[in-house]
Amino acid sequence: MAGLVIVGASLAGLRAAQGARAAGFDGELVVVGDERHRPYTRPPLSKELLGGTDDDLAACAFPCDDLDVTWRLGSQAVALDVAAREVELAGGARVAYSRLILATGCRARPWTGPGAELDGLHTLRHLDDAVALRADLSGARRLVIVGAGFIGCEVAASARKLGLDVTLIDIAPLPMPALGATLGERCAELHRSHGVDLRLGTGIAALHGDADGRVSAVELADGERIGADAVVIALGAIPNSEWLRGSGLELQPGVVCDETLTAQGHDEILCAGDLAAWPHSLAGGALVRVEHWTNAAEQGTLAGRNAVVERAERTPYTAVPSFWSDQYDVKIQAVGLPRLAERVTIAEASPEGDRFVAIGERDGQVVTALAFNGARRLPWYRRQVGSGAAPDEVLAAVAADPKAFGAPEPAVRA
Amino acid sequence: MSTIKVHVDMNLCQSHGECVFAAPDVFELGDDDVLVWEDEVDASKRAELEEAVNVCPMLAIKLEG
Repeated sequence: MAGLVIVGASLAGLRAAQGARAAGFDGELVVVGDERHRPYTRPPLSKELLGGTDDDLAACAFPCDDLDVTWRLGSQAVALDVAAREVELAGGARVAYSRLILATGCRARPWTGPGAELDGLHTLRHLDDAVALRADLSGARRLVIVGAGFIGCEVAASARKLGLDVTLIDIAPLPMPALGATLGERCAELHRSHGVDLRLGTGIAALHGDADGRVSAVELADGERIGADAVVIALGAIPNSEWLRGSGLELQPGVVCDETLTAQGHDEILCAGDLAAWPHSLAGGALVRVEHWTNAAEQGTLAGRNAVVERAERTPYTAVPSFWSDQYDVKIQAVGLPRLAERVTIAEASPEGDRFVAIGERDGQVVTALAFNGARRLPWYRRQVGSGAAPDEVLAAVAADPKAFGAPEPAVRA
Repeated sequence: MSTIKVHVDMNLCQSHGECVFAAPDVFELGDDDVLVWEDEVDASKRAELEEAVNVCPMLAIKLEG
């Protein structure tokens, strides 16, 4: 009899397998992954790994030897037949399922403009990408990074640690645009103080190469050329959902699910991680999709558990999202949904200015908290976001809390 | 009363605090941002402990018992 099939062998897929087993599922469990590697953790790829050894690579592997799983690695799923309940793999093999969990995640958005074919051009998503970038960085002097989001900023910090000259370019006016201007300004200062040449508010027109077909310069929109020995394209991620087109699943482009991560209209199919679009109470029940590590871990676990019980016994996914970025000696963290915030207020800040927490509000409700070296304060803020607290209540509670970092300078920004 | 032993590899921990979100009665970040935790916890808290293990980005937490 067909068992549980999980498509996607990264964090969400792994946690789904573990969640199903932990819930008592003892049937056949197949995990399909397009990479040749067993599941590994990705956060070190933009950090330690870029200056690391092969031991650091090995340390990224998740322990999963004791999981009773049939791995189908190096196999890309290319189509889903919901009527036959089969997943088609590249090469034509078909894998039958009785329950299916979709966890194919995202891929790095490539540069598709002039110069896309040049050598020395990198995106960073997979272990093999990190190994290739590491090799290139070891012989490079000048690194240009296109895109100052999470990956771009982290690679910039890692490359500065390695002693490279780094230029970081973004069309947005500030780095880390997903987290808003308050964090972005501090992040810009952080990179400048570490010697990064920040080029903000500008796009790029083309990449140029030398006679050997290797990238040698990045041309900005205004025509200026910046010399480069290697280029990282960090333009965000695209959900891997094209293979599901025509399957009958609703795509937006993530897979539209209900609050139990069950695909709309298909009780036997669930989804987890970057690919899942599910209704979140913080967004007033609107669909959200979260491309962060903790979301993949938590949704994977729940999807695994929910997949092996009947529909009526499935529990909803209600976690307040949390995510982080390590840059130099700073830990930037966020809880909630920063993109919903219409107004951001610094709630507390250390007198030295090296730590702060800001809250973001919408419609009289705190929807996010953003921290700069504020890890120990965030659990409390996360509970406030989860309970839909009012901004004034939160600010008053922080002002009266002896454990807070201190009173902020008056500062309110959109 | 059965208990679960909680081990954290402090060579791995980077004080993300995800375990504090998952199991606030067990884990806490101290004033210096260093993780402190109860090393022996009532087995009734197994679910939140397992959640803490699952969400640790550094895979630093192990349970025994």
